[in-house]
Amino acid sequence: MISRLIDGVPKRALILLGLLFAALLVAPLVVSGYTLSVLILVLYFAYTGQAWNVMMGFAGQLSLGHSLYVGVAAYTAAALYVHFGIGPWAGVWLAILISMACGLVIGFLAFRFGIGGVYFALLTIAFSEFTRVGFDHFTWVNGSGGFFLPVAQYSVNDPLNLRGSPVMFYYILLAITALAFVFCRWLLTGRIGYYWLAIREEPEAAQTLGINIFRYKMIAVAISSGMTALSGVFFAFYYNNLFPEQIFSMNRSIELILGPIIGGIGSLFGPILGAFVLTALADGLNEFMVHFGYEMPGVKLVFYGLCLLAVIMWLPNGIWPPLRKKLGLGERL
Amino acid sequence: MSATPLLTVEGISKSFRGLRAVYQASLTVPQGSIVSLIGPNGAGKTTCFNMIAGVFAPDEGKITFDGRSLTGLRPDQICHAGIGRTFQIVKPFKELTALENVLVGALHKEASTRQARKKAEAVLDQLGMLDKRNQPAAQLTLPERKRLEVARALATEPKLLLLDEVMAGLRPTETDQMVAVFRELNAKHGMTILLIEHVMRAVMALSQQVVVLHHGEVIARGEPENVVRDPAVLECYLGEEAAV
Repeated sequence: MISRLIDGVPKRALILLGLLFAALLVAPLVVSGYTLSVLILVLYFAYTGQAWNVMMGFAGQLSLGHSLYVGVAAYTAAALYVHFGIGPWAGVWLAILISMACGLVIGFLAFRFGIGGVYFALLTIAFSEFTRVGFDHFTWVNGSGGFFLPVAQYSVNDPLNLRGSPVMFYYILLAITALAFVFCRWLLTGRIGYYWLAIREEPEAAQTLGINIFRYKMIAVAISSGMTALSGVFFAFYYNNLFPEQIFSMNRSIELILGPIIGGIGSLFGPILGAFVLTALADGLNEFMVHFGYEMPGVKLVFYGLCLLAVIMWLPNGIWPPLRKKLGLGERL
Repeated sequence: MSATPLLTVEGISKSFRGLRAVYQASLTVPQGSIVSLIGPNGAGKTTCFNMIAGVFAPDEGKITFDGRSLTGLRPDQICHAGIGRTFQIVKPFKELTALENVLVGALHKEASTRQARKKAEAVLDQLGMLDKRNQPAAQLTLPERKRLEVARALATEPKLLLLDEVMAGLRPTETDQMVAVFRELNAKHGMTILLIEHVMRAVMALSQQVVVLHHGEVIARGEPENVVRDPAVLECYLGEEAAV
């Protein structure tokens, strides 16, 4: 069970991963507050990209509505905390369940009736859009006016209630991202993973080999939406404010998937690398411009566009797959 | 044939928007035998296969396998019943290696990926493809992909193997190799095989029985030597090919 996690992974890959993890562990001790906030964003996108990758990269089901799962989970955990005083570590379970339920409903409607590809993607957009409209009028969480968590200066970190300094948020997010990476590796090396890849490559052939493709697509949606729920809960407690217009917006869904697309869809490390490249470099560029006296608020989006363009033109499988080949890190990382 | 039938197809028909693809076709595949389904292009052979394999249900008729009805089952349920198939137009999992392709099939019976990997290696070896195991399926040649189709189906340990034109596009020597593989499977492991084939060299070498389909209807059946002498068959099928 455990040995399959590292079976066939070259030693140098394990060493590099260990070094990266160690570097991320000590990072808060050496970097500035601003850099730390960028690193938190990087990890947020790495983790969420990983969750999305389960559905698209592994099982081949394109979702353009993952903001739905982020938003629903964020609102669930926040509402439980504000209205009932239930802390995030308890609330997260309900958030996961509700996100999964949303995913399963969409999945059931699509897969039961054989909707795939672009039409499935449109369905996911539709669901996140009308959830956004619904939340605009959901007065229990203050509708379009925005829902706020109480904010105060915390002298002591309170991890149980996710109240505290960015450093605490950073470490929690780092742990979640690392666990997700291991979890996805575990999934991918097992029966589920092989079945997903088969479904992604040739659904008809997969079915002929005895795979119940409806069931395995549903499992992919459930795991992906459940994982994405954690991002939502984190988002709510880190930013302390939720607006339907923002959290459910299609922009958010797109933003979430740029990382894995640029990093390499279907690979394990691609979403992480993609998040680093996009977030760190885009913010770095912003800083650089400001430093030299150019205020250009849109430069980040231009950078995203250029990155996508470059990747589509020269590296259609993303940055990571050719890189891992060059570094000799095996085929399935 | 005295052996008990493993697969019985009774009067199945299928129309696509009024186009009659198969009409009241019947055939039996006895346990442990090799039966060929032949006929000119568009005769309805693959449609027959698709009905047996559960891609779509017949408009009428019955399909019985190993004592149970298959009518209306999905392809994955057909696989569970014990039927493996290959596709005429090969459908490899392109991004996966040859070994992983077969491993997916082996997982059908094996409990762990480790065991499935071992079984997949054994099946690849059986088909003489062990040296290609780490190549992505996308990089395999057409004959190799055809063998991969067979390997993948075999890995599910079927009682009946449906082969849809696995010899098409192979060179004569490659055809002979394939024929040898199926002969061995049949003789050593008692594998029952139903194949669609255009390559008469393979049909004559392999089959104990031949069923000829023309315009969706069965026009002849019997031992290969007799069928190829049947005037109706000669006219509709072999005659055409000979004229080319």
